[in-house]
Amino acid sequence: MVKVAIWGSLRSATDGAAVVEVEAKNFKEVLDALVRDYPGLEAQIERGVSMAIDGVIFKESWFAPVKPDSEVILMPLMAGG
Amino acid sequence: MALDQDQKRDFKIIGTRPLRPDGIDKVTGRAQYGADQSAPGMLWAKMLRSPHAHAKILSIDTSAADALPGVKAIITAADFGDMRKGEAMNVRDHIIAKDKALYDGHGVAAVAATSETVAKAALKLIKVDYEVLPHVTEIQAAMDPAAPVVNAGFVEENAPKGYSENVISAYDFGHGDLKAGFAKADKIVSRTLKTAATHQGYIEPHACLASLGADGRGELWCCTQGQFYIRELCASILGIEESQLRVTASEIGGGFGGKTTAFIEPVALALSRKAGHPVKMVLDREEVFKASGPTVSSEIDVKIGMTKDGRITAGEAELRYQGGAFPNMTNWLGAQCAFAAYDLEAVRANAINVLTNRPKQAAYRAPGAPMAIYAVEAVVDELCIEFGLDPLDVRLKNAARKGTKASYGPTFDDIGLVATLEAAKAHPHYNTPLGENQGRGLSCGFWFNFGGNTSVSMNINFDGTVSVTEGNPDIGGSRASISMMAAEELGIPYEKVRTIVADTNSIGQNDVTDGSRVTFAVGLATIKAARGAIKEMCKRAAQTWGIDEDAVVWEDGHAKPAGPNAGGFEPLSLAKIARKSPNTGGPISGHHEVNAEGAGVSFGVHLVDVEVDKETGFTKVLRYTVFQDAGKAIHPDYVEGQMQGGAVQGIGWALNEEYIYGEDGKLQNAGFLDYRVPVASDLPKIDTVILEIPNPGHPYGVRGVGETSIVPPLAAISNAVSHCIGVRMDELPMSPPRILKAIKNAGD
Repeated sequence: MVKVAIWGSLRSATDGAAVVEVEAKNFKEVLDALVRDYPGLEAQIERGVSMAIDGVIFKESWFAPVKPDSEVILMPLMAGG
Repeated sequence: MALDQDQKRDFKIIGTRPLRPDGIDKVTGRAQYGADQSAPGMLWAKMLRSPHAHAKILSIDTSAADALPGVKAIITAADFGDMRKGEAMNVRDHIIAKDKALYDGHGVAAVAATSETVAKAALKLIKVDYEVLPHVTEIQAAMDPAAPVVNAGFVEENAPKGYSENVISAYDFGHGDLKAGFAKADKIVSRTLKTAATHQGYIEPHACLASLGADGRGELWCCTQGQFYIRELCASILGIEESQLRVTASEIGGGFGGKTTAFIEPVALALSRKAGHPVKMVLDREEVFKASGPTVSSEIDVKIGMTKDGRITAGEAELRYQGGAFPNMTNWLGAQCAFAAYDLEAVRANAINVLTNRPKQAAYRAPGAPMAIYAVEAVVDELCIEFGLDPLDVRLKNAARKGTKASYGPTFDDIGLVATLEAAKAHPHYNTPLGENQGRGLSCGFWFNFGGNTSVSMNINFDGTVSVTEGNPDIGGSRASISMMAAEELGIPYEKVRTIVADTNSIGQNDVTDGSRVTFAVGLATIKAARGAIKEMCKRAAQTWGIDEDAVVWEDGHAKPAGPNAGGFEPLSLAKIARKSPNTGGPISGHHEVNAEGAGVSFGVHLVDVEVDKETGFTKVLRYTVFQDAGKAIHPDYVEGQMQGGAVQGIGWALNEEYIYGEDGKLQNAGFLDYRVPVASDLPKIDTVILEIPNPGHPYGVRGVGETSIVPPLAAISNAVSHCIGVRMDELPMSPPRILKAIKNAGD
């Protein structure tokens, strides 16, 4: 299981939990599991999210690996100028 | 964490300052910008724009304009597809109004004619019947439950309740126990700070030349930060296939984020398709101000607690950003950046997005970060004054460092904030005495940086020169940096490499030039492409010598036997291998395609001295020094240029620049006479100190440098002015009337 940190305004979809646990081995599996286990997150994930895995921000790389002890932070989609 | 284990440290070309490859073209006028292309049979396009901030469009009668000799096509929103969701829909609806004009200057109809004169005359003949609606251009007014609804249908599931439908989203980040954190503080300061919307102020207005046939095949030449994204937007909006639209990016006269999206290109293509001729479209400056994408304006509530020895115990911010009549990403980026420079046990930042009757905001260097960090850094400065503490020492005491849990979630790896602060403290600028009516301010800054989709192709030419083809418009010297990285890796002189920016049909997909990504991501792909070419050249040498491929190494631009056992062969240079490549298997090239991740975050510290004339309210910037972590400065001139340019734009943002809307909802200052950007005579020399804390995610340690430098100036200058006049300034720009008012209010 991987612990995934959820930002504050999404926690209404996780019964207030700041961290949820999902079964996943990469970026995409984390997203799939979040949508499956917490359907209220689907709208935001559809709009776009990034993910910080062990301190590195991944914008959209589905197969970025996630280990059971990885620090995984869900983030809104990155943008820049 | 080392993402790229093959980091190279012993450089020969990286870190030098060769001549820029585009310099002669730009100073002789040979460089081709957006408006510099023409075509046989070309028509000119002009846009009719709404004179109202908010109005229902009851009817558009183009019959008189159609009848004007020389008019070849007229389009309205009805000429575009019926796409109902997504960013392309928002871009389309921002360019040309459907049933409502949403801001002063919103496009309503466009004409293509045989000359600009005819096109302008035709605009006057188009009759639009409007029903003027109540408008709202300011944040508080737009949030009021009774406010007119600007653009319905964008409210997200987590939008805060109790406001109008213009409040569409909230993004909330942080960790720790705020209540407990504030309870530990010896002093808590709460303050609301405001920033005005500003424009990127690029010198070159948007311009393009479009040709689209009835068969759906087209060519587009335009000034943009991303030809592939323009292609994607135009293809979506016009209902054509991306492969059939070739987009070529011109030289670019500044972008700063403002040319990351489309404002005219779909209109020119639609006119061309209807008229059967190429169409040229060039915005004038008033149109650029009114109908392109300035940044957001903001109101930010900040609350910070500190102990008397300077430890920050908790930080909280509520950000309210308006970015015009459409949703934007800037608000959540601001909330994530607000406290990023600090190592905090308890922190929270919440951002609310508010729609108003203004143009759709666009990115502007580190979008969302400058205003958020301005607000936090102003309150930290205020607390330093309260306790009589050195502001640099306080920042060092609380600085984020390796192992810090960032306010937006992740744990930082190797970052350069402490080194940057220490460099500032040791610099002579920090200890130079100030004169009368002078003040000194400082601020930290932060930006994420990112990588993204990148494709590079490298050809080893038969004559021993090298051609690099990439797909990101060069807005900050990237062609030079990429050539340098190719030359470094191949072991050949910089002058033997030429890098070009290709059109959308000549290279693989590349993301927009944004996020400070190009030197990082395209550089990474170039190095890997060079390594691919080197592998092939070693193979050719091995074949030539009749030895095993593994027995060949590449050193200083030559293939060499790996050791005495491999044989006593004379090394083969890149040029010799290239010349014989037809005999050894054909052309040699290298490619690399990647969605580059691992861009390292970047921190900067700015130090500024100002002098305020307390009779006029005029602020003169006396001295300015930028300290920034570049990871590795590939071409230090360009890195310094980015640091200086960000500082200058930030000075304008802090002191003068603002979108001013009248009570009628119309923009009052749509021109450079009334919207004042800093000019050379306003500025001191901007000194720079480059720090190099290598990014483990890049072979040479590169971090993006293009955006961080615009983040600290707002707070640094505000803090300096506040020290100087003895009054805390809490609104930007600090124009002379605003400073005089603050001084007067403090004296009353």
